[in-house]
Amino acid sequence: MKRILEILQDSSQTTPEQISVMLGIPVNEVTRAIKQAEQEKIILKYKTIINWAKAGRKEVLALIEVKVTPQRNVGFDSIADRIYQFPQVYSAYLVSGTYDLALLVKGENMQEIASFVSEKLAPMEQVQSTVTHFLLKQYKEDGEILRPTKNISRLPITP
Amino acid sequence: MESVTARTHNNFISQKVNAISPSGIRRFFDLLSSIEGVISLGVGEPDFVTPWHIREAAIHSLEKGYTMYTSNYGLLELRQELALYLERQYGVSYHPEQELIITTGVSEGLDIALRAIIDPGDEVIVPDPCYVAYIPDIVMAGGIPIEIPTYQKSNFAISAHDIESKINERTKAILIGYPSNPTGTTLSREELSAIAELARKYNLLVISDEIYSRLTYGSNHTYFASLPGVKDQTISLNGFSKSYAMTGWRIGYVAANRDIIEAMLKVHQYTMLCAPIMAQLAAIEALKSGEGEIEHMRQEYDKRRRVITKGLNNIGLTCPTPQGAFYAFPGIEITGMSSEEFAEKLLIEEKVAVIPGSVFGKHGEGFLRCCYATSLSNIEEAITRMDKFVRRYRKS
Ligand SMILES: Cc1ncc(COP(=O)(O)O)c(C=O)c1O
Repeated sequence: MKRILEILQDSSQTTPEQISVMLGIPVNEVTRAIKQAEQEKIILKYKTIINWAKAGRKEVLALIEVKVTPQRNVGFDSIADRIYQFPQVYSAYLVSGTYDLALLVKGENMQEIASFVSEKLAPMEQVQSTVTHFLLKQYKEDGEILRPTKNISRLPITP
Repeated sequence: MESVTARTHNNFISQKVNAISPSGIRRFFDLLSSIEGVISLGVGEPDFVTPWHIREAAIHSLEKGYTMYTSNYGLLELRQELALYLERQYGVSYHPEQELIITTGVSEGLDIALRAIIDPGDEVIVPDPCYVAYIPDIVMAGGIPIEIPTYQKSNFAISAHDIESKINERTKAILIGYPSNPTGTTLSREELSAIAELARKYNLLVISDEIYSRLTYGSNHTYFASLPGVKDQTISLNGFSKSYAMTGWRIGYVAANRDIIEAMLKVHQYTMLCAPIMAQLAAIEALKSGEGEIEHMRQEYDKRRRVITKGLNNIGLTCPTPQGAFYAFPGIEITGMSSEEFAEKLLIEEKVAVIPGSVFGKHGEGFLRCCYATSLSNIEEAITRMDKFVRRYRKS
């Protein structure tokens, strides 16, 4: 199962037939394992990594540090839940250290993100403070380096 | 004045070197350079670049100014790490100060091993087909290579029985390299033990090229020197080229008993002096924390191995599943062509580069070396092209 997931994570278009050859296991076993992983929500979604800057889409990303007051019985989960429901929030993490929640927020421009912070996030009762870092340049996305790398080629024939 | 007959240009070259035929690989290389859009299954090295932490360690060493010679033996820290590694990985123990030399790859290790042990006329037994350097290196050291034919039906494994039939009073050593380049064959512990038995019985040296020892799929590799009673008669050659994707660094090592190491060191110190210090420092980093990458790369090759073997068999080029290294060695009998003709036509007509098996010895004729250290999409495209080619030339 783990090796099937690794192959799909690297390239979700790999077919069960291909995976079956690569791992030397029957196709129906591969199909069954994938079905099961989908049902159990181990596989959440099949996505594509896109270099949007290259595709010409203007997009602004900000990393926002949020300090919150945890609530009785529910800790941080309930306030996190209120925050990550906003579609602007792209990723959300509870973190250790000097603040509590780390959010990755997306918007079309800086104003959009600024108003999300000032109108939605900061006014929440449990939010004590926020620090917004606008991301200036992206180097790597989900393990993929975005900078076009020059292909260093091996000699085509070697002993 | 005495007249001196003019030398022809050729006369400058020694007979020994003249007798070595030019590499069949070289000729292919020249042909290939004139064609565009070629998919190459003709390489003999990983398609990964050296893992970043290893490269980073070398960069750091340059920044710090490590640019000098090292001891002829190589850095002691590297030898200590190697001794620990060989003990941990294969259960064979070598004294870091007396039984190891750091070389510029297995290439140098093989050369100094042969030069240290061979007297003119000594015979060295090798499998046929075998890695391209084995026979020329034996010849250049003044020895006589004795080739033992191996066959696809027995998986290109060299048999102890066949070796024994060639042993005589001139036999000095047996040179083996498993997993094998070009066949991808591995030998089981039993098969290796039978060779060890011969080494003990006839008091022969065994030179074991362990360069692909970390690339086996299925069974665990047995280090020849770890077999009972043969350590002192074994020269183990190993390196970082294949397992850590470090071919261009030129770094490897030999392990053997103290007397042999002393002899090899004489040759090494006057020819190579020492391996490059940057590569030695990188190798220390590789040994300390490269295990994860070795396993990652091995698993990648493993997938490709299955894909290429299935593909080749599907198009009629029979090929048992290789158990080690990163080569498949399919037969081309159904086309009736020689391996050189097949490889040359395939390159020109379908733009796929493979190496004719004949390059690796007489008994490599009828086979092709296809390296699967390339992307899955390249492998799939190469198989599609080869399929077209085979359909065109298949004898009905
Ligand atoms: C069997 C075998 N031995 C030795 C070598 C050379 O290794 P190194 O890079 O350590 O000199 C190779 C490289 O192709 C090989 O395939």
